[in-house]
Amino acid sequence: MGHLLEVKDLEVKFALRMGDLTAINGVSFTLDRGERLGLVGESGAGKSVTGFAIINLISKPGYISGGTVIFDGRDLTGLTGEGMRHIRGNLISMIFQDPMMTLNPVLTIGTQMVETLQAHMNISRKAAEKIALEKLRMVQIPSPEKRLQQYPHEFSGGMRQRIVVAIALLADPALIIADEPTTALDVTIQAEIMELLLELCESEGTGLILITHDLAVVSQVTQKIAVMYAGKVVEAGLTEDIIDNPLHPYTQGLIKALPDGRNPGTRLNQIPGVMPSLIDIPPGCSFHPRCTIRGDICRYESPVLREIPGYRNMAACHMLGLKKEPTEKDRAE
Amino acid sequence: MKQWERFKNSYFLHSFKHDWVAIVCFVVLLILILLSILAPVIAPHNPYDTASTDIMNAEMPPSWMEDGNPDFVLGTDIQGRDLLSTMLYGLRLSVMIGCGAVALQAIIGIFIGMISGYMGGKVDAFLMRIADVQLSFSTLMVAIMISAIFQVAFGVGRYEQLAVPLLVLIIGLAEWPQYARTVRASVLGERNKEYVEAARVIGLSPARIRWRHILPNTMSPVLVISTIQVANAVMSEAALSFLGLGMPITKPSLGSLINSGFEYIFSGSWWITLFPGILLVVFVLVINLLGDWLRDVLNPKLYKG
Repeated sequence: MGHLLEVKDLEVKFALRMGDLTAINGVSFTLDRGERLGLVGESGAGKSVTGFAIINLISKPGYISGGTVIFDGRDLTGLTGEGMRHIRGNLISMIFQDPMMTLNPVLTIGTQMVETLQAHMNISRKAAEKIALEKLRMVQIPSPEKRLQQYPHEFSGGMRQRIVVAIALLADPALIIADEPTTALDVTIQAEIMELLLELCESEGTGLILITHDLAVVSQVTQKIAVMYAGKVVEAGLTEDIIDNPLHPYTQGLIKALPDGRNPGTRLNQIPGVMPSLIDIPPGCSFHPRCTIRGDICRYESPVLREIPGYRNMAACHMLGLKKEPTEKDRAE
Repeated sequence: MKQWERFKNSYFLHSFKHDWVAIVCFVVLLILILLSILAPVIAPHNPYDTASTDIMNAEMPPSWMEDGNPDFVLGTDIQGRDLLSTMLYGLRLSVMIGCGAVALQAIIGIFIGMISGYMGGKVDAFLMRIADVQLSFSTLMVAIMISAIFQVAFGVGRYEQLAVPLLVLIIGLAEWPQYARTVRASVLGERNKEYVEAARVIGLSPARIRWRHILPNTMSPVLVISTIQVANAVMSEAALSFLGLGMPITKPSLGSLINSGFEYIFSGSWWITLFPGILLVVFVLVINLLGDWLRDVLNPKLYKG
């Protein structure tokens, strides 16, 4: 059996007045059944666009201009209308950042859940309500029978995100795409929701793509990580390899930027500069203006994601494994 | 039962109970609507029954004046019909035409506004230009043209029978852009909200998203303009009837009653115009005041200083 999801050379463009803007440029990764992948990067790196591209929901003026998204043996980029609706919410669900906004304010939780089920299955209201109750119990909502009759404004933020998770789980999907699911919540609730999501994915065997800029969260939840920068995957590999032994200078910068708790009061590290706007991505490696180990070749040739000799991670950098100096420096550290 | 409990605790009812203007308006409106519904039961005479009216009773003043007849409390009109009964029947017609026209406006307007706002682009531009064109014709002009054509085509006799549905059609067609614009504006605001995106992600069909998810969220401005549109429709009907383009004098609405009395106002028969006029003003006023109150309640961001 092949992979559950295989994204290959995915390319998304936005048709603007000044011409097409490439938001995602040749993103590839695979995900097996029950596997959890973290998509990490700064704001605007193309993480969310990748998520939407997988379920073929890029809103205008964006469009998928190349590549394939093979889900369970079928290419989703070619599907439209009815065929795609069968996938969305049924086989692949998505969880958004802000639970205040993703629930319809004028419909009860019960109505919204029943509706989702009835959109995908031919079942009665009673049966749908039963499944909804079961899922609400799974996300640990107390007295779900009563809660089913309530409107979104009667719930707290954390409760609402639990409900959103329950809705995502309704049809027992094979894959959940979680787009920064805890960003809008406070820290203690974040941990609760993440733990819940992790538990449910493990017990149900659901695949998860976790889109976030929080490396700490990713390291606890996922098995694989893909680091994105300016629409490209710059490093990919197993979570422990990337966290313990980052290769790409961008990933190294991200990890160094985390507060480590050992030296309170000291300044945090940061990567100098900002991510280039998609309008003028520098030629060559798009990271080279901020890079600490750049060479001449970085200015004019774009690096491809490749295996680096001696490591398990894949990275897109010219300077890695080329000569001895950078790797020796790495080892010395 | 549960719904009722919910309603009893709602902010809606609370603010209603604390606003005496709203209460008075609501009570007056309720009374007027009851009167119009029950007109055949409570009216002392039947103004449509030509056999029971006597031309000798024409232009009788209200009963408290000298020459007044206790049979005709508010006097009689120029054909000898009891003015009170005629007013009750007229109010009934006005309410019927007002509500019917607004229902028609709402159906057309909400449908077009929803399509226009949701689709956007060329469809939106096309539909909104149609609305602009429609709005640039005044209601009266549309009415004059349609009823003139109709009277020529079907003859005056048929016109008397079909006047009510015709007026509903005329006023409904003339004012739908009000709804279309309001709904479109709300839809434009709602369609980019995340819950719509979420509904799409869930895999719901576009039609379902439009009518079941977006539409209920646009209802509060629609509710507010509905009250004002009912008042407007009643006024339009009165204006048309006053100009002789609305209800025929054999089946007078408030407007045609005012018109029929207008010719006799200088000969001293002021009551034929005045009483229907007061009734019309009161009816429209209470609806507008209720609409104002409704707008304040449904839009709490709009505080009055």
